[in-house]
Amino acid sequence: MSTEPNEIEITPEIVAEHGLTTDEYGRILNAMGRTPNRTELGIFSVMWSEHCSYKSSRVWLKTLPTEAPWVICGPGENAGIIDIGDGDAAIFKMESHNHPSFIEPYQGAATGVGGIMRDVFTMGARPVANMNALRFGSPDHHKTRQLVNGVVAGIGGYGNCMGVPTVGGEVNFDPAYNGNILVNAMCVGLAKTDRIFYSAAAGIGNPVVYVGARTGRDGIHGATLASAEFDDQSEEKRPTVQVGDPFTEKLLLEACLELMATDAIVAIQDMGAAGLTCSSVEMADKGGVGLELDLDKVPQRETGMSAYEIMLSESQERMLMVLEPGREDLARQIFAKWGVEFAIVGHLTDTGRFTLKQGGKVVGDIPVRPLVDDAPSYERPWEPTAPRPALAAADAPAPNDMGDALLQLVGGFDGCSRRWIWEQYDHMVMADTIAWPGGDAALVRVHGTKKALAISTDVTPRYCFADPVEGGRQAVAECWRNITAVGATPLAVTDCLNFGNPERPEIMGQLVGCIEGMGEACTALQFPVISGNVSLYNETNGVGILPTPAIGGVGLLKDADQRTGMAFQAEGESIVLLGETRGHLGQSLYLRDVLGRVEGPPPPVDLARERRTGDIVRGMIRSKLATACHDLSDGGLAVALAEMAIAGGIGATIDLPGTDIAPHAFLFGEDQARYLVTTTQPEVIQSMAEASGVPATVLGRTGGTELTVNKCLTISVEVLRDRHERTLPEHMAGS
Amino acid sequence: MKAAVIVFPGSNCDRDVAVALHQASGTAPAMIWHGDSTLPDLDLVVLPGGFSYGDYLRVGAIAALSPIMQAVRRHAERGGAVFAVCNGFQMACEAGLLPGALMSNAAGKYVCRHVAMRVENTDSPFTGGYDAGQRISIPVAHHDGNYFADDATLDRLEGEGLVAFRYDNDNPNGSCRDIAGILSDNRRVLGMMPHPERAADAALGGTDGAAMFTSMVETLS
Amino acid sequence: MQARVFVTLKNGVLDPQGKAIENALRGLGHEGVEKVRQGKMFEIELADTDADSARERLQVMCERLLANTVIENYRIEIGGQDAS
Repeated sequence: MSTEPNEIEITPEIVAEHGLTTDEYGRILNAMGRTPNRTELGIFSVMWSEHCSYKSSRVWLKTLPTEAPWVICGPGENAGIIDIGDGDAAIFKMESHNHPSFIEPYQGAATGVGGIMRDVFTMGARPVANMNALRFGSPDHHKTRQLVNGVVAGIGGYGNCMGVPTVGGEVNFDPAYNGNILVNAMCVGLAKTDRIFYSAAAGIGNPVVYVGARTGRDGIHGATLASAEFDDQSEEKRPTVQVGDPFTEKLLLEACLELMATDAIVAIQDMGAAGLTCSSVEMADKGGVGLELDLDKVPQRETGMSAYEIMLSESQERMLMVLEPGREDLARQIFAKWGVEFAIVGHLTDTGRFTLKQGGKVVGDIPVRPLVDDAPSYERPWEPTAPRPALAAADAPAPNDMGDALLQLVGGFDGCSRRWIWEQYDHMVMADTIAWPGGDAALVRVHGTKKALAISTDVTPRYCFADPVEGGRQAVAECWRNITAVGATPLAVTDCLNFGNPERPEIMGQLVGCIEGMGEACTALQFPVISGNVSLYNETNGVGILPTPAIGGVGLLKDADQRTGMAFQAEGESIVLLGETRGHLGQSLYLRDVLGRVEGPPPPVDLARERRTGDIVRGMIRSKLATACHDLSDGGLAVALAEMAIAGGIGATIDLPGTDIAPHAFLFGEDQARYLVTTTQPEVIQSMAEASGVPATVLGRTGGTELTVNKCLTISVEVLRDRHERTLPEHMAGS
Repeated sequence: MKAAVIVFPGSNCDRDVAVALHQASGTAPAMIWHGDSTLPDLDLVVLPGGFSYGDYLRVGAIAALSPIMQAVRRHAERGGAVFAVCNGFQMACEAGLLPGALMSNAAGKYVCRHVAMRVENTDSPFTGGYDAGQRISIPVAHHDGNYFADDATLDRLEGEGLVAFRYDNDNPNGSCRDIAGILSDNRRVLGMMPHPERAADAALGGTDGAAMFTSMVETLS
Repeated sequence: MQARVFVTLKNGVLDPQGKAIENALRGLGHEGVEKVRQGKMFEIELADTDADSARERLQVMCERLLANTVIENYRIEIGGQDAS
């Protein structure tokens, strides 16, 4: 492919190789007014790929709420921005790197982390926290161990070297991901509200500058790879995976931030998917200008690279900037100090065209507007997911032994401790991480202030599969709850929508349903979507993943001293359950892991109730009435109690209230909008809750070395901890 | 106390250690770029943690050849104090300021967690704030913290009381004789893998490292 | 002139990567793999034309940067000829 000339006959085969349909090629002919050459065709193919154009999802994404008084910048830029007071802004985004990570787990995950950090520091923010949302296949699948090892090492390898703490995330294992793992990386950065940088180019004649690593033949067509299904031949796609260089990115980060402290930059855009093409076109389009590049000036790692290869390379650690005229030398000096390559590669024009020159000849010339505006947008046919019949009580019987069931859940692959993973991440560097991985939400201080950001990533794919709308609501609600449970006010989310092949109506129905549920929840909870990413075609040989709309939420705690964690703090404190328990076992972890059944509808989400309960819990935390707090999710009340006991090294004695709910349903049901708090003033908590119409039940007290639920189970905290901690290290040590 | 933190390309704990020093001394340390070749008159030089040169070739090896390292060596030869943490420890070994070398962790993985250590020597500007044998908990975060030296060197270090810290039944990297940190012959250079700057603020989960910074401020000012 | 430098861990120095590779090879069913030690190889293009002076320069490079002689040995090969 590389040595082919630029001027070739564009056959239907070549069009198909570029992932374009006949209809889409027709649009290209229309936009160009002539037959494109090979480079131009390549540029259209990446700009119109699913990954860059969101052609299957755009109409639905538009329905999501994106505004709130604190939102500075919503979707459309490199990352979203919220105002966190005092002139500070939090800038964040989540992005998928699923396909590359399956093919080469270390590099795929590493470059995913590198890419999302660039998205954030492109806007002027110093990255302060990384998060992730990972899905792997069955633990016993022959590839899983190697994939987990590679992905975890890759995430750590990049983030640790950059000196940005990886403060949390989530992991699930399910056979639906055997052929398509999900690696979603999120980065949160901090900037000053008056020092934010955008991508709209301006100033005819202004220099276009390339900084960072040299361009090689890496990852050519990564964006189209991310928009295609896998088959058994995918192993052969290995050479298209990029190799990350976190050291260069660290230097690039420091050099960019140093330059951003001056007044030299007009616009800046990172080179991510589709590299030089996407960055140039987006800058030109947003600024309504033309842009001319001299490809001979582009720093190249290999000799003899064609225009096609240069424009489609996905070499990492590169940025494109438009500078103020006359500021080139200042910029050049800063990049020289950091040992980062710097080259003036072009300038802005008033032609409205994207023009490429190589060897003194024009090798590409495309009108910018149609390249962006004429991108196809599909309203693909979709079928709603059929509702699941309610689960009959007889189909969810009590376990033989409640204690064994609890041990099975806290030691199961979706319930066990993730310590084996997060101890491979530097979660403390920058010395502002005040709540580590393993809690409800991570907390990272805004350096030098009393403020802290709370961050959580969440989704329950089995709920989304059973009922996409409810699952979409639940993903947002759980994220909001996790941020609330540390005392913070949830402010905004980024999303990463991972689905199968959108050309299948039932998959498209999952996407449409999840977005509908997410939108409702984001609106009701005032938790707008400010950035995000869509990853489709997560299928192998026609088998799709579970619908997985990962939600990455950020909240603010104005006074970090008001935070709380989930660990029991002291003996003799009252344990209070807030929220209503109905004993919903459909799609529960108990049903799946203990009874081996995946049935029924997921628990319904009542958004008004979520808001009411969360708001009152947050008040209890901030006023120090609640000494510890934990949200109830997978595994219900019993797992939450066990986690609080393990974290605090203190036991508890619980009496279930007299209700008509079966004890196992009370313990393991996954009803939403519930929290556990500990307190020394249970009467105050109860009266506050009652005044707001939130049920509050005193369940028992902390103390001792055992977790006892009278008439149900007694297990020592040590045994619980051992089962919780042992699973992953033992499994990963096996071969 | 006049202190400086050297910033190498890829350093990433430079700010953290500067914050801890600032808190202990009331004065912000100078931040000195590795490309400089002279040092001002200083009571303390800090070689910070991070991934200088991306850990490429060998950890600390390329940084050990940075222009500033000549000046750091002269500072140490004059009896100046050098505090070398994590990647700084790796550089100090590569630069010959301390004996031995840091190899890949025995488990082959990066590890970030609190470890239990014992203070073995309290007769240095860094460790005077502890009691001999005191057990402390400080975080490690490294991929190459496996201290290695030949037996003769190890015997000498132990015989002369130059082992500053030892892991206390909690060795995260397989280091020889559970060594977590060592002192130079004149006890003015300390190299250690754990990060006391991450344990000098209660909000970060512990303050067992704070005594090192107060000890440095008291002894070196 | 083309030179190669091989850097290996000294005998007796633990090599966790080598051990992991050894286990992986056995896991793949390669019987009789008794020991694996891993190392680094550098390909260096030199302007020198004299092999002796090239070897001397390479030795300095090894001692100063390419190898850490506390834990590593090195071997120099010039134009395919073992030169150490």
